[in-house]
Amino acid sequence: MLANLLRRLVTVIPTLVGVVIVTFLLTRVLPGDPAVYFAGPAATPQSIADIRKSLGLDQPLPEQFLRYVDDLAHGNLGNSLATGRPVMTEIVSRLPASAELTLFGLIVSMVIAIPLGILAAVRQGSWIDHTCRIVATAGVSLPVFFTGLLLVYLFYFRLGWAPAPLGRLDVFYDAPPQVTGFYLIDSLIAGEPEIFMASLKQLILPGLTLAIFSLAPIARMTRASMLAVLSSDFVRTARASGLSSYTVIITYAFRNAMLPLITTLGMVFSFLLGANVLVEKVFAWPGIGSFAVEALIASDFAPVQGFVLTMAVMYVALNLLIDILYGVVDPRVRLEA
Amino acid sequence: MTDIAAIPPAASGFAAQLRHSRYVIAENPVTGLAFGLFVLILVAALIGPWIVPYDPLASDTAVTLQPPNLHHWFGTDQLGRDIFSRVVVATRLDFTIAVASVALVFLMGGLAGVAAGYYGGWTDRIVSRIADTIMAFPLFVLAMGIVAALGNSVQNIVLATAIINFPLYARIARAEANVRREAGFVEAARLSGNSEWRILTYQILPNVFPILVVQMSLTMGYAILNAAGLSFIGLGVRPPTPEWGIMVAEGAANIISGEWWVALFPGLALMIAVFCFNLLGDGLRDMVDPRRRT
Repeated sequence: MLANLLRRLVTVIPTLVGVVIVTFLLTRVLPGDPAVYFAGPAATPQSIADIRKSLGLDQPLPEQFLRYVDDLAHGNLGNSLATGRPVMTEIVSRLPASAELTLFGLIVSMVIAIPLGILAAVRQGSWIDHTCRIVATAGVSLPVFFTGLLLVYLFYFRLGWAPAPLGRLDVFYDAPPQVTGFYLIDSLIAGEPEIFMASLKQLILPGLTLAIFSLAPIARMTRASMLAVLSSDFVRTARASGLSSYTVIITYAFRNAMLPLITTLGMVFSFLLGANVLVEKVFAWPGIGSFAVEALIASDFAPVQGFVLTMAVMYVALNLLIDILYGVVDPRVRLEA
Repeated sequence: MTDIAAIPPAASGFAAQLRHSRYVIAENPVTGLAFGLFVLILVAALIGPWIVPYDPLASDTAVTLQPPNLHHWFGTDQLGRDIFSRVVVATRLDFTIAVASVALVFLMGGLAGVAAGYYGGWTDRIVSRIADTIMAFPLFVLAMGIVAALGNSVQNIVLATAIINFPLYARIARAEANVRREAGFVEAARLSGNSEWRILTYQILPNVFPILVVQMSLTMGYAILNAAGLSFIGLGVRPPTPEWGIMVAEGAANIISGEWWVALFPGLALMIAVFCFNLLGDGLRDMVDPRRRT
């Protein structure tokens, strides 16, 4: 198991190298002079030359690349022009907000989509199957920022059930002492149920928005793989042996249908991490997505580059995790590897 | 399945194609609906600016933020601009961005993939490596990075949307070209002395073409969503240009104070367009590839 894990870890290296090269190329080879860009509109030729030297842009490209890699190895992603703070610190301090939102969205989406997919497969052709199809088609057609705004209008303005879509916590509350950075968990550790409820209330709408967006692929895949498993011989045998339909569907069928489902999670994460940026903008969520959007508008490139790199590294790590999970769920993969 | 005798004698060429299309559409009326919507979108994109009741850029401070009424069907925004006119006029820009990016990736991904699948070896390794590297990024995030690096313009939105779809097209084209490399008709062409380049362009490409066209209509919806998402966060299209994503962004502030119509109508237009292309893509796939019909 450990050897397999190591072997799988090694395959990540070329991907990471590719990711680092692409993020490097994003600033260096493309048209436009970064030095002019960093110097700002009021730059003199002298100041541009100074900046070029200080950024190392007078060096040949391979040398610049080595310098970039060296900086990365030291955890240096450059400084944000707007705030003057190191990009790394900003990203690290904002990452828990994004992670909490994304994971919450994913969990909500799985809790809804998996039972829906199972029911749609078990009762194929019934109203629940049609609901599943409509949800799946509508889910991929809805722009995620539009869903978010609709939910805000409905639950905040019309019904008044949700708090104003402004960040992670109402201004009346203080953030719980940081342990994990997840307000839901930290408030429980600190023993403050009131803060827990307040942050949950803020989290529900953006989380639901993300969930609606990622529902479609999960529900569709659950249905398809359940249908395939349900028509297989071993399910027929299990039914013929008189096992209860619950045992057949959950223990026999669903456990086998989970495999393709886990593979889809990789794609779902790609969607979620991208949609996260838009949802954070709609709900003024102080995560890394809204940090990147602010930097984009201000043409502040270092944070954007750091953000793209962080997201890509996280995505690679998530895919690795999915692969490992696959091995845990399916012992055959472990044997073959 | 119908009896073999019941199948009408095959008409030749175009007529048969038309009959087959009608058969598939009749079997799935939703495709017909999607086609109707598509025609509507096309009309709006082509003649939109000439049929709208108001100038989409003209502001009128006397009628700011009016809810939908007889004069302004979709209401007016905070500058008193007619939202109906803006939504209709925006169709052209959104449609153009989507078509241009899909056409671009069709060329880039299609050609690279066909070359990779046909030649194999180094070509294959390079194309596959590029595709893998792009796939290592969350796609929308990569698109943001590309637009930020290349510069904030509509052309770069088109380019970024094309690049993030590259792996999909390259992989499909590669697989399709690969299975045809040793096919009988290719061997025959090779034996009759055709050059490799000629085989690629005259034998392989025409066969891969229909599959990629279906892929184009399937990714159109995604391309529109992606472009609208980028302009929603303030990339590419600048206000006051009418574009659905940016109009939703402008209406976002009004949602909290209850003026729902500013964001709702452009959002709905966006949704309907994406919905239409997704359905159309499914329908087109049914026509070209009956095996995958569901």
